[in-house]
Amino acid sequence: MTNNSRGIFRTEQDLAEESFLTDDFLRQLINVGEVDILVGLPTHNNAKTVGAIVQTIQSGILRSFPRERAVIINADGGSRDDTPELVTSISILDGRPASHLNSLRTLHSVSTKYASSPASGTALRTILAAAELLRARACMVVSPESVNIQPEWPSQLLGPVYRDGFDLICPTYRRHKFEVILITNLLYPMTRALYGLKIREPYSPEFGFSGPLGSSFLEHNSWNDGTDGAGAELRLTLAAITGKYRICQSFLGEKLHVERRAADLVAALRQTVGALFSSMEPDFPVWSVVQGSQPVLSAGADQEVLLEPLRINRKRLREMFATGVAELESVFQAILAPATLAELQQIVRLEEEEFQYPDELWVKTVYEFAASYRKSVISRDHIIQALAPLFRGRVLTFLKENRNSSAEAIENNIENLCLEFERLKPYLLEIWKSGE
Amino acid sequence: MREMIISELSQAFQDIARSFAHFLPRLIVMLILALIGWVIAYVVRAVLRSILKLVKFDKLSENAGASQLLNKAALPSATEVVSRFAFWVAWLGFILLGISVLGILGLQEEIARFFLYLPRLFVALFIMFFGLLAASFFSRAILLAAVNANMPSARVLSVAVRSVIIIFVLSVVFEELGLAEQTMLVAFGIAFGALMMGLAIAFGLGGQHLAQRFLEKKLIREKKEESEDEFSPL
Repeated sequence: MTNNSRGIFRTEQDLAEESFLTDDFLRQLINVGEVDILVGLPTHNNAKTVGAIVQTIQSGILRSFPRERAVIINADGGSRDDTPELVTSISILDGRPASHLNSLRTLHSVSTKYASSPASGTALRTILAAAELLRARACMVVSPESVNIQPEWPSQLLGPVYRDGFDLICPTYRRHKFEVILITNLLYPMTRALYGLKIREPYSPEFGFSGPLGSSFLEHNSWNDGTDGAGAELRLTLAAITGKYRICQSFLGEKLHVERRAADLVAALRQTVGALFSSMEPDFPVWSVVQGSQPVLSAGADQEVLLEPLRINRKRLREMFATGVAELESVFQAILAPATLAELQQIVRLEEEEFQYPDELWVKTVYEFAASYRKSVISRDHIIQALAPLFRGRVLTFLKENRNSSAEAIENNIENLCLEFERLKPYLLEIWKSGE
Repeated sequence: MREMIISELSQAFQDIARSFAHFLPRLIVMLILALIGWVIAYVVRAVLRSILKLVKFDKLSENAGASQLLNKAALPSATEVVSRFAFWVAWLGFILLGISVLGILGLQEEIARFFLYLPRLFVALFIMFFGLLAASFFSRAILLAAVNANMPSARVLSVAVRSVIIIFVLSVVFEELGLAEQTMLVAFGIAFGALMMGLAIAFGLGGQHLAQRFLEKKLIREKKEESEDEFSPL
């Protein structure tokens, strides 16, 4: 039995009836009881990396929160490599015979399979529901691919929530200058221009959040809009901003992936830009009155850039941009203003050395896509897909502009783009309202 | 003799007058029905126009590609076309009802057939509209997927998909209307078969060098890419 905030006792059966969590998972959670700290770990076939990550999390919790009641919740999307078994079986002492860390409390590990195929939104929802049920005060989510996770991460992501009363902790990383170009060229500048807060990584697989924010986000309408909670990480950030929760950033150091690979661009756009565009309609009363942008409190460095050379196939990017503009002309006619489309067609004709997708045109393109998404001029998913070739053109410009740039120069370029997004916000409002 | 002619003539005039007197009320009923029909058809058009505007039917028609066809044919918007069509069908229905009141032999059967045909006409129009919508949606989905996968001739693929769907829809529509069923079936079979055979020949013979170049390019590019990094959007 457990009691809710009103002190009314609920039976195991009551909980099962009102929750989407499985009976078995509920039973495990009830056995854990209330906790102070919760770490969510969404997985899918991560047996190679998950062991070390769980050990580091355990070590970090014992180091920074030795007296707190803590649990690791693994939400698994149908792994076939025994990932869940690994998570629940690993102990802090495994492979570390000389460990000097001792817990004053039992550190629980609970695993549940939320679906037979991975869906990051459903995984996060499972973690949020578990956090609410266990009445966790501070929670964090960690990516199972963060191979360079440090024992300090729990302290950096949970500490500001647990000790300083913050509600959302967004990470910042030391990254290669050409990584996360979608964030640096669209998500960061656009969320900053819309919502007025300079959050460098509004979409990240790692973040910390408070129990109240998690519970409030569980009630968010986006869970029932037919998108399976796609881009829930970004929606959580936006919900924290619109709900006026306390937000800060925490520097986590270098971000390494298991392997460098081209993530499916269309899937990435659906997860992020789709989530941002669909949030703009209900959030209109909030973002339409915001002017300028304010910094967010940061612990550690804001953002660090690595400058090692990286070979990227520029020719292919240009080819895909040019093909996209030519082949999708009829689609762009429905989405873009005639002047914007004409400018894009001019860019296609430029030689590779002269190729440039200027900031102003890129911002107008994105804003026109957002307005068309709202008006559903064609299928919304098609609108998101149509952005992919144009984004490749923008990537090419970013690569060319910053090929030999210093970290400071790159930062300046990103800042200029952000200011362009802010400057053209009246244009967004104008096209947003047109045809109402 | 003269009296007989006069008597026959007066008899004939009396018959005509009797027939006219018998026919006049029916004519008036027909005119009244036509007038009532016009009023009802007018109301139907106004209500339908408001409903279609409310559900943004023009946008739906634009998505289906029907608006482009209408523009090319210098016709008004889809909402206007549908509401005017409903007006004429409703009014024509009342006029025919009125004509049937006149009791003209032979016409009644034709009128009954017209009324029996109306549901089929509406079903055919319904199939046509949603068929065009599906053709537009799937051809665009194919176009976007092909462009994003960097496939050559994305537009050709998209047009081919659109054409196949439209041919299929037209054959269903004609079958529903009962027009040239056999001809349409054969035409569809020939068109579909020709398309498939054309594709097979194009890929097998005509596109031999293209296919060779495509495969070479693909294999060579894949080899090259092994030594190149990809940009990561997230």
